[in-house]
Amino acid sequence: MLSLQQSMKNIMNWIDARLPVTETYEKHMSKYYAPKNTNFWYLMGVLATVVLVNQLLTGIWLTMSYVPTADGAFASIEYIMRDVNYGWMLRYMHSTGASAFFLVVYLHMFRGLMYGSYQKPRELVWIIGMVIFVALMAEGFLGYLLPWGNMSFWAGQVIVSLAGAVPIVGDGLATWVRGDFNISGITLNRFFALHVVLVPMLLLVLVFLHIVALHEVGSNNPDGIDIKKNTDEQGKPLDGIPFHPYLTLGHDLPAIVAFFFIFSIVMFYFPDGGGYLIEAPNYEKANPLKTPDLIAPVWYYTPFYSMLRAATFPFLGLDAKFWGLVVMAGAIFLPAVLPWLDRSKVKSIRYKGLASKVFLAVFVVAFFILGYLGVQHPTPLKTFIAQICTAIYFSYFLLMPWYTAAEKTKKVPDRVQMR
Amino acid sequence: MRILVFLFLMVPSCILAAGSSAPIPLDSVAPDLSDKASLQRGARTYVNYCLGCHAMKYQRFQRVAEDLGISQETMMANFVFDPSKKFGSHMENSMSVENAKQWFGNVPPDLTLYTKLKGGPDYFYTYMRSFYEDSTRPFGVNNLLYENVGMPHPLVHLQGVQRKVCKNVPKIAKNGGEMRDPLSGESIIEERCGDDLLVRGISPLSLVEGSGELSADSYDGLIYDLTNFLYYSGDPSRLERERLGGFVLLFLAFFYVFAWLLGREYLKEFH
Ligand code: HEC
Ligand code: HEM
Repeated sequence: MLSLQQSMKNIMNWIDARLPVTETYEKHMSKYYAPKNTNFWYLMGVLATVVLVNQLLTGIWLTMSYVPTADGAFASIEYIMRDVNYGWMLRYMHSTGASAFFLVVYLHMFRGLMYGSYQKPRELVWIIGMVIFVALMAEGFLGYLLPWGNMSFWAGQVIVSLAGAVPIVGDGLATWVRGDFNISGITLNRFFALHVVLVPMLLLVLVFLHIVALHEVGSNNPDGIDIKKNTDEQGKPLDGIPFHPYLTLGHDLPAIVAFFFIFSIVMFYFPDGGGYLIEAPNYEKANPLKTPDLIAPVWYYTPFYSMLRAATFPFLGLDAKFWGLVVMAGAIFLPAVLPWLDRSKVKSIRYKGLASKVFLAVFVVAFFILGYLGVQHPTPLKTFIAQICTAIYFSYFLLMPWYTAAEKTKKVPDRVQMR
Repeated sequence: MRILVFLFLMVPSCILAAGSSAPIPLDSVAPDLSDKASLQRGARTYVNYCLGCHAMKYQRFQRVAEDLGISQETMMANFVFDPSKKFGSHMENSMSVENAKQWFGNVPPDLTLYTKLKGGPDYFYTYMRSFYEDSTRPFGVNNLLYENVGMPHPLVHLQGVQRKVCKNVPKIAKNGGEMRDPLSGESIIEERCGDDLLVRGISPLSLVEGSGELSADSYDGLIYDLTNFLYYSGDPSRLERERLGGFVLLFLAFFYVFAWLLGREYLKEFH
C-alpha cells in the first residue's frame, strides 16, 4: 500500500502536470524573496488585501437583504440593522471597512513616495496602483449613494452635476450618468449594479495584476537597495527572506491581528466615527426638497474636494466650476507620472537631499489641511488657504524634476540597514 | 519621518474637532441603556403621547419588548393601542401626510432615528424642555430650539407653562468678566431679556409655579427616560454590540500575543 505522503505526492504530480500549482506557489510564496528590512509601511499592502476581502464578503451578505430602489433602499438598511441576525455587524464592518480601505491605501501610497517605490523598475506596479486608487474612489462614491440617505442623495447630486461643467457636452453627460434629469431611483439602480458587480471585478483583476507585476521585479525596501545584487552561491538574495512562511507569519499575521484590533474598536464602539464615517444627515431618507446644512463628502475625498472648490475664477472663457474639475482630475492623475518626474539617483528618502525631504513634508501637511478644509463651510480666508495648499500639492510633483536633480544625495550603502 | 507618523495620527483628532451649530446651547445628557426601567418608562411615554403623530416605523413592538424585558402580554395590553397591530408589527400610526399638513403645516417626522440624525441625544433632550407659551402660534406654544415649530406641546399638562421672561443677571464688563461694585465688591446686576440671556448661556424661560402636574425635576426625569428610549431606538443593537466588542477585543489581544511569539520564532533565523 502507498503511504499517505506518497499518494499526496502522486496527486500533486498529476495536478502539476496539468496546472502549475507547485510552481506558482514557489514563485510567489516560498521562493519569493522579500527584503528583510521592510518596516511598518510595508504591511499596508497585505492589510489592503485583507480589507478588500472584508468588503467583498460583507458586501455579498449585505446584498442579500438590500433593496436597490428609491422606495425600499433606506428601509432595507434599517431592516439589515434591526431584523437580520448580526446585520448590524455586517453593515458596520462594511462601512468602517470603506474608511479603513482608504486609510490603509493612503499610507500604502505614502510609502511609495517616501521610498521611491514608483521608480524604475516598478513603474507598472505604481501605475496599476494608481488605477486601483481611481477605481477605489469610484467604488466608494457609488456605494455611498446606496443607503439612500439625505447625504447620499445630495453628495451624489453635487458630484454628478460636476460633469455638467464640461463645455458643450456637460449637461448631456450628467444626464447620461444619472439616467435621469435628477438623481433618482434609476440612478440608484445603476450605481448598485456598478458598485456590486463591475467595479469589484475590476478591482480584483487590478490587484492581481499589481501583485504579479510586483513579484516580477521584486519589492523595494526602505533603503531602496536592489537585494538581487547581493546573492549567495545558489543565487538567493542575502538580504532577502522567503515570503512564506517567514514574512507571512513573522510580519503579516501579527499585523493583521493588530489591524483587526484597531478596526474592532472603531466598528464596535464608534461606528459613526463622530459623524465622519457615517454622516448624521444620512439617518434621514433622501429628500430632494431638503438640502443638508453642509454638503461634505466623506473624509477620504475631502483633500480632492477642497482642490475642486479652490478654483474660484473663470479662465479662457470657461467658468470656475470647469477649472475646479480640471484641477481635481489633475490632482488625482498627476501621481501616475511620478516615475518620470523623479530624477534622483537614489530611491529612498533616507538618502535623498534636503529639498526632497522638505517638499515631501510640506506636501503631507498641505494634504492634511486640504482634507480638513473639505469638511468646512468655505470662507474667503479658507478658500485662500486651500488655493495655497493646492499650489503646494501641485508643486511637489511639477517641480520634482528640478529639485531631485539639483539636490545633493547621500551615498547608498551596499547592504540593507536593519534599524 | 517621525514627524510624518505623528501627523498621520493627528488627522482624526483635528477633523473631529469640527462641530455643529444650534440656536441655543444644548443640555448634555448621558443615556443609560442598561437602565431597563427607565427605557420602559420612556417607551410608555412614547406610545402614550407621541406615537399618534410620530411613527417609529423601522422598529417593531416585538423588538422593543424583547430588548426592554417586557412580556408579550404586557406589551399588547399596555403599549399597543391600535387593534390592527400585531406583536411583530412595526410601530406605525394612521396619520396621513395630507391631514398632517393641513393640521400642523408640517408632517411629524418618524422618530426611530432621530437621535442619530441629530448627532446624539442632547438635541432631543433640550428640545423637549424648551417649549414656551407664545400666543402668536396656532397651538399657543413655540420652541427655543426650533422656532415656529408646528407641534403642540403634548406634555404641557405635566410640565406646566414656561414663559419667556427677563432675568436679573450680573453685568458683564468689556473685558468679558463680571462687573463689580468697586466699593462692596459685589456683582452689579442688570435686567436682561430673551436673546440677550441666550448669548450669555442663560435660559430665558421660567416655569409658571404650579401650572403642571409634575415638579420640574420629575419632568426632567420623564424627558430623560424618553430620551433614553429614543437613543435606544436609534440603534437597538448598541448594547449587544458593545458587549460583543469586548469579547472580540479580548480575543484579538490574546491572539496577538501568540501571533507575535510565533512570528518572532520565524524571524529569529534572519537576524
Ligand atoms: C399632535 C401631533 C403631535 C404629537 C402628539 C407630538 N408631535 Fe412632535 N411634532 C409634530 C409635528 C407636526 C412636528 C413637525 C413640526 C415642524 O416641523 O414644524 C413635530 C416635530 C417634532 C420634533 C422635531 C422634529 C425636527 O424636525 O427636529 C420632535 C423631536 C418631536 N416632534 C418629538 C415629539 C415627542 C417626543 C412627542 C411625544 C411626547 C411628540 N413629538 C408628540 C406633531 C406632534
Ligand atoms: C486595493 C488596493 C491595493 C492592494 C490590495 C495592494 C496590494 C499590494 C501588496 C500586497 C503589495 C506588496 C506588499 C507591500 O509592499 O505593501 C503592494 C506593493 C505596492 N503597491 Fe499596492 N495595493 C493596492 C493599492 C495600491 C495603490 C493605490 C498604489 C499607488 C498608487 C500602490 C502601489 C504599490 C507599490 C509602488 C508597491 C511596491 C512597493 C515597494 O515595493 O516598495 N498600491 N501592493
